[in-house]
Amino acid sequence: MANPSAVCNGHLHHHHQKQNNLLKSGIYKKNGITKGMKKNGISNGTLYKKTFIEHFEQAPMYVAVLTFLGFGVGTIFGYLRDFMRAWGLEKRNIAAEREQQKDFVPLYQDFENFYTRNLYMRIRDNWNRPICSVPGPQFDLMERVTDDYNWTFRFTGRTIKNVINMGSYNYLGFAETDVNALKTVTIELQKYGTGVCSTRQEMGTLDKHVELEKLVAKFLGVEDAMVFGMGFATNSMNIPALVGKGCLILSDELNHTSLVLGARLSGATIRIFKHNNMQSLEQLLRDAIIYGQPRSRRAWRKIIILVEGIYSMEGSIVRLPEIVSLKTKYKAYLYLDEAHSIGAVGATGRGVVEYFGMSPDDVDVLMGTFTKSFGAAGGYIAGKKDLVDFLRTHSHSAVYATSMCPPVAEQIIRAMKCLMGLDGTTQGLQRVRQLGKNTRYFRRRLHEMGFIIYGNDDSPVVPLLLYMPGKIGAFARRMLEKNIGVVVVGFPATPITESRARFCVSAAHTREMLDTVLNALDELGDFLHLKYSRYSKSSHPELYEETRLELED
Amino acid sequence: LQEKEELIEEWQPEPLVPPVPKDHPALNYNIVSGPPTHIITVNGRECINFASFNFLGLLDNEKVKSAAQASLKKYGVGTCGPRGFYGTFDVHLELEERLAKFMRTEEAIIYSYGFATIASAIPAYSKRGDIVFVDEAACFAIQKGLQASRSNIKLFKHNDMADLERLLKEQETEDQKNPRKARVTRRFIVVEGLYMNTGDVCPLPELIKLKYKYKVRIFLEESLSFGVLGEHGRGITEHFGINIDDIDLISANMENSLASIGGFCCGRSFIIDHQRLSGQGYCFSASLPPLLAAAAIEALNIMEDNPDIFQTLRAKCERIHKALQGISGLKVVGESFSPALHLQLEESCGSRENDVKLLKRVVDYCMNSGIALTQARYLEKEEKCLPPPSIRVVITVEQTEQELDKAASLLKEAAQSVLN
Repeated sequence: MANPSAVCNGHLHHHHQKQNNLLKSGIYKKNGITKGMKKNGISNGTLYKKTFIEHFEQAPMYVAVLTFLGFGVGTIFGYLRDFMRAWGLEKRNIAAEREQQKDFVPLYQDFENFYTRNLYMRIRDNWNRPICSVPGPQFDLMERVTDDYNWTFRFTGRTIKNVINMGSYNYLGFAETDVNALKTVTIELQKYGTGVCSTRQEMGTLDKHVELEKLVAKFLGVEDAMVFGMGFATNSMNIPALVGKGCLILSDELNHTSLVLGARLSGATIRIFKHNNMQSLEQLLRDAIIYGQPRSRRAWRKIIILVEGIYSMEGSIVRLPEIVSLKTKYKAYLYLDEAHSIGAVGATGRGVVEYFGMSPDDVDVLMGTFTKSFGAAGGYIAGKKDLVDFLRTHSHSAVYATSMCPPVAEQIIRAMKCLMGLDGTTQGLQRVRQLGKNTRYFRRRLHEMGFIIYGNDDSPVVPLLLYMPGKIGAFARRMLEKNIGVVVVGFPATPITESRARFCVSAAHTREMLDTVLNALDELGDFLHLKYSRYSKSSHPELYEETRLELED
Repeated sequence: LQEKEELIEEWQPEPLVPPVPKDHPALNYNIVSGPPTHIITVNGRECINFASFNFLGLLDNEKVKSAAQASLKKYGVGTCGPRGFYGTFDVHLELEERLAKFMRTEEAIIYSYGFATIASAIPAYSKRGDIVFVDEAACFAIQKGLQASRSNIKLFKHNDMADLERLLKEQETEDQKNPRKARVTRRFIVVEGLYMNTGDVCPLPELIKLKYKYKVRIFLEESLSFGVLGEHGRGITEHFGINIDDIDLISANMENSLASIGGFCCGRSFIIDHQRLSGQGYCFSASLPPLLAAAAIEALNIMEDNPDIFQTLRAKCERIHKALQGISGLKVVGESFSPALHLQLEESCGSRENDVKLLKRVVDYCMNSGIALTQARYLEKEEKCLPPPSIRVVITVEQTEQELDKAASLLKEAAQSVLN
């Protein structure tokens, strides 16, 4: 049987290498890149129906050196401080063990907490910022000050109003308090109350859950779906039900903690392939089938590939067409976690499956969460009816965990109906289009300014690289002074040298808000020397014309 | 190379999921129309609810609902982010303060899902190489938390302090062989206040004595006993009159007495603060929707203002416990003041499947006559110590005396007709 994927893989390998080489060498002619990308787009036309452009530029060498230097200085001061605290020269601000339990085995190793005590504590005020309004495109922050260098916080009682929100996962703007929009939710809350007090299999399946599950199945175009109360728990409680000992899990390097936890709890063997790297995945698949289980050489019972739709720390989109072709060739199963991509990509918001123009039957297990694009809470798993029936009977969550709360279910129902157009308006489609436009505009302008941005051009998650530990704190604090709330992430969520700021573009952001943010970023980028990109694209009409990239099919 | 291609062609995996028989009990579940309150409409029929863990009847309390409505108007539904990234609302902070004050501890931390609470708390403290002594009848969430922590698990017989002491002594002799390792191995005891699987309480005073004698820390899981035991509903520590600082960590879920969703852990700041960076269900998951947090705060207010509901609940439990004694064929499992009882078969008919079918007939008989009951569900292959099949009877404050008597007499009838 002729194997089309082999040929395409050959081409793809070429494309990837070429792009990497161009970026690493730093030499590039504007026309050269344009041609290069377009040509590769067409040559992959058999698998990819449109250009798949991702960027992972590496920073110049001096940046890496300075980053390590920064961490080194922080560590030295950390040791100094610990020494002073141990000898009583400095006050101990951290909570201590009880007197009666002083001779118990210590609960925390000193070394484990070194990083927390000395590095994280200095810039701790950039996380866990409390808000007191709806997390829409703008929100109100509670003003928080510290008198003792972040060991304790105190609220002044004032609120900082109308801070532009670039941190919440509000992709389609459904986090709103508009009375009309929330009418049905209010009614259901009055009718059902807030709790359920029972598990799905006992007395906890309400008619609302049945309605929601049917709607989710219809939305995704699959046979059946099942909903759970928490997105994290959906992964950690259902992967163990699907695979067990004697099975093989192939998981992407950068998978979310919930997937890793679910894989570990299942007891199956886990092998990791490089992020979005199809050669690595294919090599693992071949080795697995040819050599079997490690000691007994018996064949694996089943092989399952765990990937995410959009990776939240990188902003990259999974290479779905190639994975599907690999999985069909090697008879593996695919588990797709669309936590960030459902509602956010695709012409009508149906996720990466629609974005690549594929059919939902290609993916064996479609999983997603309702927290991000739908402004609610919870997760779902969808697929064939056999799969969902099996989960109804064997999922840990169905037997031991409380079911989803009815008002939250109603919020998902109304958001989904809006997206599907079932409420009689085209508002849903408008939101998806607006998100696409905002994403492309935001990314284009950031590229033009010269920042290093990771990820796919179509992903609404935009990581902006900061690298140096000192800049993490400075960036977040100064953006807050300009009334913009951003999210910064460092080690251990990212590799130690690649700290970043992560923006989440929302459909509810207006052009003015985005421009405000971009101007602030421009200023701050110059002030903090963040514009590391070796090539900054000036406005290049032929490549980034809005009409060219709008989806015609 | 040719061989390799052949191997790849020949390999056939198992189907993704094994087929499920059509008459599997979990596929034909009960569908509840409308809210699962005191009068519940199951599968189209109105019954009195003896199956939802709505102990204090707060599920359709008007004040709770209006607090949730106010919060909905102000915050919308979801929080769109984890606690670290603008997902911390002032209601969360308020709820944590109120819980800490209510339980008289220093600090509390809330999770957005009851199951995830203890399943994230245990692996945050206990790592590979540590030792955990856990009761056999611990619920599934605790088992998953222990599995995720990769520590050494030592099971002791249910509520058997002698067995626990034996295990602790064995561990002591092990320690003496290798004192360096013993100095860094943390030890924990995980018990539940009121066991979900058996309806018993754990003997907390003896556990405290063992704690100081062998230097182990105690984690207490109070999902069923929070809001039930104790004079003011503070749980088993109040019930036995123990100083709350003696317990290292108390974890409970808000889904039973507080009729909300989510869970919390409370204890000293030294212990609880650690979970803010290392509790997986806290850091990597979206926070609790604010309307549920507001509902929980209001429920706490009601609990604080009416401390006599706990006494009323206990009286009702005693009443039905007495009334259910002496049913031929069924025995009552659980303490007399426990609001969640089990009814197990006195004699099993051989296989678990047949027991389950028999109990289903009893449950159906009761449902047809207006009392909603359910069987306790377990994952048969996954539980460490599978409890025998049983019917779960839940007592709430809203049930009247007539209803309790009716339920008892109906169960007697059902047992008569089905089991004889």
